[in-house]
Amino acid sequence: MRMSNKTADRVATAVFYFFAFLIILILAGLIGFILYRGLSHISFGFLTSPPQTFKVGGGIGPQLFNSLFLLVLTMIITVPLGIGAGIYMAEYARPGRFTDFIRLVVEVLSSFPSIVVGLFGLLVFVNYFGLKFSLLAGALALTVFNLPLMVRITEQGIRGVPREQKEAGLALGLTRWKTIVKIMLPVALPTILTGTILAAGRVFGEAAALLFTAGMSSPRLDFTDWNPFSPVSPLNPLRPAETLAVHIWKINSEGIAPDAAQIAAGASAVLILTVLLFNLGSRWLGRFLYRKLTASR
Amino acid sequence: MAIAAPSSAIGASTRPGGSAALAAEQLSIFYGEKEAVKKVDLSFARGSVTALIGPSGCGKSTFLRSLNRMNDTIAGASAKGSIWLDGEDINAPGTDVVSLRQRIGMVWQKPNPFYKSIYENVAFGPRYHGVRNKRELDEIVESCLRRTALWDETKDRLNQSALALSGGQQQRLCIARALSVQPEILLMDEPASALDPVSTSKIEELISELKQEYCIVIVTHNMGQAARVSDKTAFFYMGNLIEHNETNVIFTNPEKKQTDDYISGRFG
Repeated sequence: MRMSNKTADRVATAVFYFFAFLIILILAGLIGFILYRGLSHISFGFLTSPPQTFKVGGGIGPQLFNSLFLLVLTMIITVPLGIGAGIYMAEYARPGRFTDFIRLVVEVLSSFPSIVVGLFGLLVFVNYFGLKFSLLAGALALTVFNLPLMVRITEQGIRGVPREQKEAGLALGLTRWKTIVKIMLPVALPTILTGTILAAGRVFGEAAALLFTAGMSSPRLDFTDWNPFSPVSPLNPLRPAETLAVHIWKINSEGIAPDAAQIAAGASAVLILTVLLFNLGSRWLGRFLYRKLTASR
Repeated sequence: MAIAAPSSAIGASTRPGGSAALAAEQLSIFYGEKEAVKKVDLSFARGSVTALIGPSGCGKSTFLRSLNRMNDTIAGASAKGSIWLDGEDINAPGTDVVSLRQRIGMVWQKPNPFYKSIYENVAFGPRYHGVRNKRELDEIVESCLRRTALWDETKDRLNQSALALSGGQQQRLCIARALSVQPEILLMDEPASALDPVSTSKIEELISELKQEYCIVIVTHNMGQAARVSDKTAFFYMGNLIEHNETNVIFTNPEKKQTDDYISGRFG
């Protein structure tokens, strides 16, 4: 017996609803579980004090700082490169084999497993260029990891600018370069910015690419020493730096402090909250900028 | 006000009235292999409005867009033949396209103000071309907005986003923006087709006023509009220029049957 079209439509609707709710359920369960386990452990002391190897009561202060500082370093390298290459892909690359090849390279690069990127970083940045385990080596590895995404975000942002905007710039006698920078880039800015923040969230949570590049330990940091050349300064880009995500991995696998499990749970909650904050922040900022630029409500 | 009339720099005295400001000679335009415009000869006089009419896909917009080399920006498009501007073939290789475009203003079908303030939309071009003095810029903005009858509506909110304006106001702002860099020629690609009747008639009035000083070429699908605003009309069909004559001749007594058929609505 064949189902009537109406019944089939109802069934299909129910099935799609089911899948949508399943996804929400998985996400809510995941976040809920991590927060439930970790939230109670988060306190000001936990967020600011250094970790302990044997004793109870260690914090994640340096790791949190390392994660944020590494993010800033990575973005300083990635954003100009990514925006430059994205503009090239959107505006200058002529359709043809060479462009197809570049696109293929970007695609392949973006699907690289991050552990492989980490090993590449170890061989090239850490060993060959002699950067040792350092924030800089980590930032460069994360650049390899992040660059394809930045290129794609920028390319899409620029391509999304109405063609008439570009023509209006050219018709006033602007050069192509000025048209891109002064007319098109501002229009694409909300898209590029939100994409960048989302990419930042990914960088913030990355661990595998950093194991062999930024390293799994931090020197004893002196948070009163802001001279970036001092070996104990938090700002020194050539010091090793264990990030939050790497720290979670480490204490879960080899932590010997009695409260290692709670610390891992707390650190996980902090990590996920921060990434969540990045996501919400990017949406809010994108909407805000769009409204401001288009004067729509 | 020295800048009041953007044409003052290229004043009427240097322009023999009626002579061709811009002329296409054997102009063909290709998209890849396809010939979208076929060996068109057409000239446009100073101080006049020429309407380009014809069914969709007849090549009139393509032709218009080739006059300021805007088609260069479309991948695969190429042009053969000559376009004469002041005795210079601007279609020749080696032409400084960037400074050429400053002399030929353009207005599009859909209003496309910059995502900037009303003031900045008009001031942007002149500032880019070297006007740095704030008072001078203010004067250019005011005179261009006055010419497009937008000054009274916007003078109290010049710093607001141009996108907050109505469609008709946006289109007049786009015309003001085109005037701001003192072009000699204005190309308009269906400038009123996205607007309501009131805004349309405002744009038409504006065109009639502007033609005193500019050579205007307008693409339109609206026969009434062509009849109202233009001095000459050129009818395109399948990439060919079928007929070009005084507008009243085209509309009352066309030479070619195709023209007659199109104007009386038998096809297109």
